[in-house]
Amino acid sequence: MLRFLLRRILFGSLVIWIVATVIFILYFVTPHDPARLIAGKNATAQSIIDVKRRLGLDRPILDQYGRYLWRLIHGDLGYSYFSQQPVTSIIKRELPVTASVTLGGAILWILIGISSGVLAATHPRSFADRTVTGFALFFYSMPTFLLGELLLLGLIGEAYKIGFKFFPPGYYVGISQDPYQWFVHMILPWFTVALVTAATYTRLTRGSMLEVMGEDYIRTARAKGLRERRVVYRHGLRSALTPVTTQFGIDIGTLLGGVIVTETVFSLNGLGEQIYNSISRQDLPVIMGIATLASVFIVIANIAVDAVYAVLDPRVRLS
Amino acid sequence: MKLKIPGTGSPDPTVDDGDPAEIQGRGPWQLAWARLRHDRVAVISGITIVGIVLVAIFAPVVAHLTGHSPFTQYRTTGLSPEGIPVGPGRNFLLGTDSLGRDILVRVCYGTRISLLAGVVASSLAVAVGVVVGLTAGFFGGAVDTVLARTMDAVLSLPYLVLAIALISVVGPSLLVSIAVIAFFSFSSVGRIVRGQVLSIKEKEFIEAARSLGAGNLRIMFVDILPNVLAPVIVYLTLLVPASIVFEATLSFLGLGVVPPTPSWGGMLSESTAWYQVAWWYVLVPGLGLLVTTLAFNLLGDSVRDAFDPRYNRLFVSES
Repeated sequence: MLRFLLRRILFGSLVIWIVATVIFILYFVTPHDPARLIAGKNATAQSIIDVKRRLGLDRPILDQYGRYLWRLIHGDLGYSYFSQQPVTSIIKRELPVTASVTLGGAILWILIGISSGVLAATHPRSFADRTVTGFALFFYSMPTFLLGELLLLGLIGEAYKIGFKFFPPGYYVGISQDPYQWFVHMILPWFTVALVTAATYTRLTRGSMLEVMGEDYIRTARAKGLRERRVVYRHGLRSALTPVTTQFGIDIGTLLGGVIVTETVFSLNGLGEQIYNSISRQDLPVIMGIATLASVFIVIANIAVDAVYAVLDPRVRLS
Repeated sequence: MKLKIPGTGSPDPTVDDGDPAEIQGRGPWQLAWARLRHDRVAVISGITIVGIVLVAIFAPVVAHLTGHSPFTQYRTTGLSPEGIPVGPGRNFLLGTDSLGRDILVRVCYGTRISLLAGVVASSLAVAVGVVVGLTAGFFGGAVDTVLARTMDAVLSLPYLVLAIALISVVGPSLLVSIAVIAFFSFSSVGRIVRGQVLSIKEKEFIEAARSLGAGNLRIMFVDILPNVLAPVIVYLTLLVPASIVFEATLSFLGLGVVPPTPSWGGMLSESTAWYQVAWWYVLVPGLGLLVTTLAFNLLGDSVRDAFDPRYNRLFVSES
């Protein structure tokens, strides 16, 4: 198990290094001139040279690369062109919002996906199965931004105006300020993030579950008189979940994409909205910083998922 | 004699016919085609897709018939005196947008972008994925390790975040969108192909081909490739809607097609501020997008059912 984890961590570090390098290259093959952007519109040639020297942009590329990696390891992501603030403090400020959206969305996603998949698989070809499969296909085809905009903002926003004040749209309320308001404000974003990705899991869990429930050991479990609930959840679901877990690791990247779109649609001041706003401002350090952070998060999350996978399926640890 | 499992209805019209005179050997492709033709969902979604393609082809005809260009801002007829978009009516069949442009004409032109991005990007992704997967699976060893690991890494990356980082540097355009979509999609095809190739290359007919003196390239593309084509085609039909959503998301975030070129994602992005006063502004491009992805996903599902050999085993057993 330890060797397995060690290998995964090594591979993860390699991925992070490659992503960091690609981001560095992107930063330097750009036609844009950071020094000119920072120095402002009315900068003289001399002040641009000064800024260049201050940022180390006049040094050889490899030297800059070394410094870039060194700063990265020490958690320094540079300064925003737009607000001159350190990117790390922007991230620190907005991370709670993104963490709320991501975590809540992921939990809801797994809950909806797996439970509806199990429901469909335990009653194959029933009305429930058809309904669940139909909904899954519908949401699977639905782009996140359309779901957020059309269904949630549009429909429920209208309902809110005429007095159905259960799901207030828009802005973020800190969890430490008012946990109840935080929760209520988060419901719509969570569903937006969750529904699209959950649809994949409904289909995946249903397929995997149907396959497992046809196995001999399920028949054995039933034959020895276990209750159906126990057969389904303890014997069936556990092994049906292994392919679902692998897919989950892959889809965390999709999840983050959904979070960007959701934050943008709901105007939540998180990292997703930050990166969206930075696009039009050409605020490259912020974009690159958030992209680096997201990649690191993905790699860590993937290692965690692999560990869970190894717990669920002992065969993985041995290979 | 063919036995039917009770309660499953008549699932496979191609196997279920009783006239022995008509029975003849049919290849898997013919079988799949026959099943597709008898699948009502497949036929309906196929017809829908043909309709969407026609809309894309005849977009200039629509523009000619309405007398509106997709770019002209009809400020006197297309906007109310207060500057609010005009709803569906005689002059503008599906209303106008915030600049007084004809939404019908723009949506028709937007179809072109979505289809182009969807079909070209996924074909590109499939082509690259097939070559990479074939190479990895066929040669094995170090080649396989490097390629498979790369594909794993690309799959797990936060693709939207990295796409934002990349495009904000390179600058948005349809070509860039297509390249980005293809890059982040080829791995899933590659993994599927690799898995199939790993088992096929051990088969006897490969040994036979080799003993006849066939070279590596010939074995890869003439002997192995036709055998992995079925899952690849299934994947292609499912990748098209995913690419359409991806493109729309990029356009929505302002990273896809550059305005004023009409695209569904771009139109939806412009409409966010207007959904309360101009529902058609959101609904028309939204429905266009949803119907398109839904049709492709339904067709993809049917294609998978048609190719999946387990389809036979589940419903009909030979005795």
